[in-house]
Amino acid sequence: MKKLADIAHSRAGDKGNILVLSLIPFDVKDFDWLVQNITAERVKSHLQNQVNGNVTRYVLPSIHALQFTCEDALAGGVTTSLALDAHGKSLSYALLEMQI
Amino acid sequence: MKEKIRIGCGAGFSGDRIEPALILTEKGNLDYLVLECLAERTIALAQKRKLQNPELGYDVLLEKRLKDLLPLLLRHNTRLITNMGAANPISGAKKIIELAKAQTLSLKVAAVIGDDVFEFLSGEEHSLENKQPIRSQGKLVSANAYLGVEAILPALASDADIIITGRVADPSLFLAPMIHEFGWKLDQFDLLGKGTVLGHLLECAGQLTGGYFADPISKPVPDLDQLGYPFVDVFPDGRGIISKVKGTGGMISERIAKEQLLYEVLDPYHYFTPDVVADFSTVQFEEIAFDQLQVTGGSGIEKPEKYKVSVGYEAGFKGEGEISYAGAHAIERVRLAGEIIEKRIKRLVANLRIDFIGLNSLHPAELSKNSNPYEVRLRVVGMCENMEQAQLIGEEVEALYTNGPAGGGGARKMVTQVVGVVSTLLDRNQVKPSFHLFSV
Repeated sequence: MKKLADIAHSRAGDKGNILVLSLIPFDVKDFDWLVQNITAERVKSHLQNQVNGNVTRYVLPSIHALQFTCEDALAGGVTTSLALDAHGKSLSYALLEMQI
Repeated sequence: MKEKIRIGCGAGFSGDRIEPALILTEKGNLDYLVLECLAERTIALAQKRKLQNPELGYDVLLEKRLKDLLPLLLRHNTRLITNMGAANPISGAKKIIELAKAQTLSLKVAAVIGDDVFEFLSGEEHSLENKQPIRSQGKLVSANAYLGVEAILPALASDADIIITGRVADPSLFLAPMIHEFGWKLDQFDLLGKGTVLGHLLECAGQLTGGYFADPISKPVPDLDQLGYPFVDVFPDGRGIISKVKGTGGMISERIAKEQLLYEVLDPYHYFTPDVVADFSTVQFEEIAFDQLQVTGGSGIEKPEKYKVSVGYEAGFKGEGEISYAGAHAIERVRLAGEIIEKRIKRLVANLRIDFIGLNSLHPAELSKNSNPYEVRLRVVGMCENMEQAQLIGEEVEALYTNGPAGGGGARKMVTQVVGVVSTLLDRNQVKPSFHLFSV
């Protein structure tokens, strides 16, 4: 069984209580497959106990990348969160755990 | 008009490494150096320091960061733009003058003010996060508008060697010198969008040269211990070439740039700054030589009507305690420890969180359900109204030494006063930036 980590990389960012995850294939030939298969719904379901709000997906063909904006996902946001990783910086690798 | 200008980024957050900026300035042949040192919460904490002492409130590392940098900036004719003024750019400027005096250097510092809008807020303004009046969050301690290039440009037009600001949108620190040097107009949104792309790419310093990117298996990066920070050659058409000083660690690559372009961007088609709503979707990267990346494309449409304001409030006290278990039945013992703490203090601390570090403290628990680590660390944390209650959490965890499961070791406890941050919007006419010039 392969994981997303085998074919793509990701960086996590935060804005308040919103988690932002990029998803970029190592090989641009995998971009179309990612567009077809890694939908906002699938990301929301994979991170269901982390992301409580909507997930919006942006497709960026010019750089062959996807961006997922996940609302209500950081236990209130960095300033008042009780999480060890209050920024959610490690969560790129939670996305990359997805079985494909 | 110059054919190109070179802007380097020597710090990407308040606690960043010191020496990369020295190396950039010494060997980078820069026209401008930017030090970005101000996170959302940093300015509220700085405001609290200013309340205790009106001479403070600028970045706590200002002296350490600038002492050795000042002579290099003058020798290489590099102007510095930094938001290390935090809650008190005037005092920050005076401190820089003092540092220059001590080294018998002659320089001019412009302090940009006007971002502090605390006195203009009634508390009735609605927060963008939960739509409630901001005063309902708790005691308000600071309010700073994200200023744009319009606040920096007059200072650049003066003969200041150093420009120190408080809250300014990060990309504007980079966009301002582009506008100043190339004579771009403030309604040439396509150019402002392109410049904003370059500023956004650079603003986190080492994150563009391999920091926060490296993975020894899938994305190896050389010499992170000597990570070099980036600079960009900007051309009058808004194109940029990103590189770094030869011989420093890290690397320049398309993969890194893609990650950084999208970093913290809510909507890549509409990236809001005080200067422009930029469109990142048409950006293209090309590796044109070793450690040289060309950036083209990107655009912009309009200037947002209002300023975003970041409001700090007192959110209580966070109490934490940790203790570790290892070997046989480590998971069972750490779970027992967590249950004991819950039974003892759950009724006192409503907002209590229990993590098992090594198992489920970073990612949702279902991702680690088949993991069986050799050692696990209990982490108990809660948000409390007062310091005493917050201290109790760590004390209870520490008491597991003699009252809890076998083999608990390495207990630690900590209390932090928490400043929360929410955002609101303010009309442009309520914000009037200006600058003061100091010289020695």
